[in-house]
Amino acid sequence: MKRRNFLQLSGMGLGAAMLPNIPIMGNTVSYEALLNGSMDVAVKKRLADAALNAAKSKGASYTDIRIGRYLNQFVVTREDKVQNIVNTESYGVGVRVIADGCWGFAAVVDAKSEADTARAAEEAVAIAKANARLLKEPVVLAPQKGFGEVSWKTPIVKNAFEVPIQEKVDLLLGVNDAAMKNGANYMNSVLFLVNEQKYFASSDGSYIDQDIHRTWPIFNVTCIDPKSGKFETRNALSAPMGMGYEYLQTNPKDKISGITTRYNKGYDMLEDAISAAQQAKAKLSAKSVEAGKYDLVLDPSHLWLTIHESVGHPLELDRVLGYEANFAGTSFATLDKWESKNFNYGSKEVTLFADKTQVGSLGAVGWDDEGVNTKKWDLVKDGTLVNYQAIRDQAHIIGEKESHGCCYADSWSSVQFQRMANVSLAPGKTPLSVEEMIKDVKKGIYIIGDGSFSIDQQRYNFQFGGQLYYEIKDGKIGEMLKDVAYQSNTQEFWNSCTKVCDDRDYRLGGSFFDGKGQPSQSSAVSHGSSTARFDGVNVINTARKI
Amino acid sequence: MSIILTETEAKALLTKIIGFSKADECIVNIVGERRGNIRYARNEVSTSGALTNKNIAVTSAFGNKVGTATIDEFDDASLEKVVRRAEELARLAPENPEYEGLVEPQKYMKANGFFDSTAGINPDKRAEKVAQSLELCRDEKLVGAGFLEDQYGYTAIMNSKGLFAYYASSNVNFSLTVRTEDGKGSGYVAKGYSDFDKLNTVSATKTALQKAKASASAQAIEPGKYTVILEATAATVLLENIFFGMDARSADEGRSFFSKPGGKTKLGEKIVDEAVTFYSDPAHPELPSSPWSGEGLPQEKLKWIDKGVVKNLAYSIFWAKKKGIKPVPFPNNMIMEGGKSSLEEMIKSTKRGILVTKLWYIRPVDPQTLLLTGLTRDGTFYIEDGKIKHPIKNLRFNESPIIMLNNLETLGISERVVSTESNQNYMIPPMKIREFTFSSLSDAV
Repeated sequence: MKRRNFLQLSGMGLGAAMLPNIPIMGNTVSYEALLNGSMDVAVKKRLADAALNAAKSKGASYTDIRIGRYLNQFVVTREDKVQNIVNTESYGVGVRVIADGCWGFAAVVDAKSEADTARAAEEAVAIAKANARLLKEPVVLAPQKGFGEVSWKTPIVKNAFEVPIQEKVDLLLGVNDAAMKNGANYMNSVLFLVNEQKYFASSDGSYIDQDIHRTWPIFNVTCIDPKSGKFETRNALSAPMGMGYEYLQTNPKDKISGITTRYNKGYDMLEDAISAAQQAKAKLSAKSVEAGKYDLVLDPSHLWLTIHESVGHPLELDRVLGYEANFAGTSFATLDKWESKNFNYGSKEVTLFADKTQVGSLGAVGWDDEGVNTKKWDLVKDGTLVNYQAIRDQAHIIGEKESHGCCYADSWSSVQFQRMANVSLAPGKTPLSVEEMIKDVKKGIYIIGDGSFSIDQQRYNFQFGGQLYYEIKDGKIGEMLKDVAYQSNTQEFWNSCTKVCDDRDYRLGGSFFDGKGQPSQSSAVSHGSSTARFDGVNVINTARKI
Repeated sequence: MSIILTETEAKALLTKIIGFSKADECIVNIVGERRGNIRYARNEVSTSGALTNKNIAVTSAFGNKVGTATIDEFDDASLEKVVRRAEELARLAPENPEYEGLVEPQKYMKANGFFDSTAGINPDKRAEKVAQSLELCRDEKLVGAGFLEDQYGYTAIMNSKGLFAYYASSNVNFSLTVRTEDGKGSGYVAKGYSDFDKLNTVSATKTALQKAKASASAQAIEPGKYTVILEATAATVLLENIFFGMDARSADEGRSFFSKPGGKTKLGEKIVDEAVTFYSDPAHPELPSSPWSGEGLPQEKLKWIDKGVVKNLAYSIFWAKKKGIKPVPFPNNMIMEGGKSSLEEMIKSTKRGILVTKLWYIRPVDPQTLLLTGLTRDGTFYIEDGKIKHPIKNLRFNESPIIMLNNLETLGISERVVSTESNQNYMIPPMKIREFTFSSLSDAV
């Protein structure tokens, strides 16, 4: 996750370190400019054809071009002040080619003429040819039929970019005020909106126009004990969603009641801020956890990140093969384990699937960034490893005839490569509520919200924290705990999964900022689950004295 | 117009843009850059590319109502349009009580971070450097995955009070992970320079090859407290979390490691061993950086921690005014003073300990104590009686860089190093630390 970029580019200074991780990609632009300026599809087709033709005439055997306009809007507030309203727009083209069997890529800002896109294509071919001399094995691309001229749009109800700034400012300042009135010493809140307008064309005969929307409201409450100087924080229990502004319209059916309210497809930011202030204050006097083995009951607002790190990443085929060895790492889930058809990734309760089509998820698109139509497929079936996530130049390695459709670039200026699909834990098949699950736990901890996270480069050993921790004693939720983190090993952890609640509890979590690749790119991805139980997990105490 | 403007061209362009302004105040930032890279893995080139980028950002203010707009086009009509847009946005913006107006014209230190050698790289030169590395990996029957990225460009700023600043820079980063074919050994190297001619991919590759071979067939040891020798690459990713936290406002507000009870801060307080000194210096010959901040404040040679004592925290213009002091911009580079000891001497003087060559996936666990977690990676070795005995399996740690710098035993020679977490370059020495806390074992190689 690229927090540093955001800190540097936003000019917000280090105070922003207290905010959740939010990088800015692109340039600041006026609000009005966000609402117009979309290029006509016919113009994009003309620019694309110029690049496709130029690359072909220079000897490329395959070419694709992405013409991208990427819009972001941040509304950044603290307490009773608006700190910043930033609108960013980034427009340019990226051309990718195969020439002499080797990939080449070139990107140009503000390319608005056929000469510009043709020049980018020629530079990409020159790079491919220079590097082809180093190549022993030429690229093998899974065949892909062209789709002609098609389009797709995130099924939003209310375009968040069209909601007046004042309405957003009023929402955030109202949320901050509520938190301050309920005991917060400091309150930062941010509304983060994304719109990717992407046009893809390839020498396979596809011309794909897509309009993708994402929304993420976040906050961070701080409470301080002036005597001891100790401070505690509580972050929002919202999720980033592939939705419009309708995510912020609250609806009772999207609330999950319990020790604290959690949210599904509609987020009550005001209600969550009030709870957060009260809970951050309660954390100051909460009991420090006693290290040891506990049965963990993990809420979807927490479990998404554990799924992301311990399932989503190790089952990316580029990592398995070694393409990410120099940065993000490789994977313990090697091809021999998959070939054996009996590798126990988890217990029988565990089915994990990849999905690029789920409505409301961050990864949902019609076609991926190399023109492949998206789908859903199993990764772990009833505990057994059955598949990976692969794109066109990898499919042949696992004997598949076509790509899974999970290729993505975070900007026109970045080369597309294999990125994580939405990877989710299938809900339990037997009816089970969270209350019924907790009733059977003798010594456990109930964890809500995501916190500190770290995992090794082959995805064995991990450590996770959360936002809220509650002791479970003899089937009942007890007092609040703090200083909690659990450590485990991926295979051991998923094999300790004894129960998963049914689909009534299924919710999405996720992030805008899954980092991978060199140069590093961010990708937005969701992970769904119902509350799940993991037995006998090692919990450490993270308190230190200095 | 070319992408990379000279100082004279940039000044002329900025003067023209400021000339369009009708606001009370106006500030303009320009950036232009070219980037190129090659990536390789499994001993083959994988992806590679080039990027051309340029941008103008105009901030206009009427009183303390502020608006910013940017544009990628540099023709006269576009320049005027971007100024008008910023002014429209400023008129619509809410009052910003934290806007403190423009910085007066300043004098800046001289710093040279631009090298023609780096600006002159083309796809063939890049491929040649990588070919040297690939050949060594293939010859040794080891598997290389690496990345070479170069960048050059400039930034410039002008405001309506007459402030002007220009800085051109270039940079090249090279990193390589070499693994044994059976996946049992892994070694890493990373090098960063402003001057491409200093990059030697052959000697760097040899370092990674040696570590890959030496780290194969690692043995498990019990987690616990150990004396560790951290190579500079490993130390950097821990120390930069101290730098990121050196903000005065957060400290004053009581929500940072640098806070003290009762609204006080740790400024002036000794927080680590007296051998520890951190400073920033735009004119450092090995690590040049821009002599001005984003708003045009001068970056000077400045001590942040001196002999273990906190000397400075970063103050924004708003926070400095509130506190009645001079603003201190967050620095553009950071240098830790080194000692005299070589890595070999540090190993020789160690009875029982661990040599850590790289750390990975560093995340904060508790901001109050700066407690961090993460793991060792790509070559971890057990030391006994002054000698490297054998490679060991990777370990997870839970440790605060503050506690670590209180347990400092020896410092080596400071060297330019690339952070494997943030990609920033620093000058950091290798160091020997007592009682470093490892909490569990990992099977990862």
